[in-house]
Amino acid sequence: MKKNIFYLSILLFFAFIFTIFYAGLDKPNFYKPEEVKNKILEEFTSTELFSNKQFNSKDIIEKNNFTLINIWSSWCIPCRSEHAILMTLSEKTDLNIIGLNYKDKKNNAIKFLDELGDPFSKNLIDPDGIISISLGAYGVPESFLLNNKSRIIRKYIGPLTSDNISEIIKIIQ
Amino acid sequence: MMNKIKFILFISLFILCFQKLTVANNFSSEVDKISKNLRCLICQGQSVYDSQSDFAISMKLLIKNKIENGETEDQIYDYLKKQYGEWIVYDPEFDKKNLILWGFPLILFIFGGLLIYKKVFIN
Repeated sequence: MKKNIFYLSILLFFAFIFTIFYAGLDKPNFYKPEEVKNKILEEFTSTELFSNKQFNSKDIIEKNNFTLINIWSSWCIPCRSEHAILMTLSEKTDLNIIGLNYKDKKNNAIKFLDELGDPFSKNLIDPDGIISISLGAYGVPESFLLNNKSRIIRKYIGPLTSDNISEIIKIIQ
Repeated sequence: MMNKIKFILFISLFILCFQKLTVANNFSSEVDKISKNLRCLICQGQSVYDSQSDFAISMKLLIKNKIENGETEDQIYDYLKKQYGEWIVYDPEFDKKNLILWGFPLILFIFGGLLIYKKVFIN
């Protein structure tokens, strides 16, 4: 009798462990960023790429109903493909698009915009990437759609797609 | 006389140099300590300390700035948790979801202790 209980408890123990590992098999083990909707974007101050003037993020964001902050860089290949989409967005809508130039050289950034067009109303620079980290960004490209209270309505990690654009247009109308 | 002054000046400058150095070292060791406890979110299986990705380099700079501004280690963890979620720290907080994770070793330990106790003292 005692032996039976012993074997049964060992069996139960392994069944328990097996269930846990088996359930874990289905779970994706790559990191999925947390929902950041409805968070308030942290305030920052940065220099504008062309004018070298200092701007506070809050001042720019509060003036418009909606603002899209796009983190980009001239060395980032996906940003190149995304740029055409940003251009259409700036032409079709009156959305305030702010560029945050991530760890870039000034000359390269200006060359990039000369070549592909400038969809940004302002282009702030982030030479050491600290501003992007304080916004909760992962890398380039990344975009935040904000309302005039600096609240994050949508966050897009990676290049914007045409589906994202139709979603943005729907939200701002 | 002149030589003496020169000598004193040299010694004091020498000491001053090293003081600066130790201050710098203190910061970087603190940055190392904190960044070892942070997960690099864009590189698999590396800490922020180990990684040389742009993300990790900027993160280390941010931590250094925060330490220089007088923020404590816990404040920095809390700040990063707010920005990136709990996944960024290696040490998970105790809550309902990971109750088994924390409790199971303890249960095993007590169970094993009871077994040994029974074997040794009762039999």
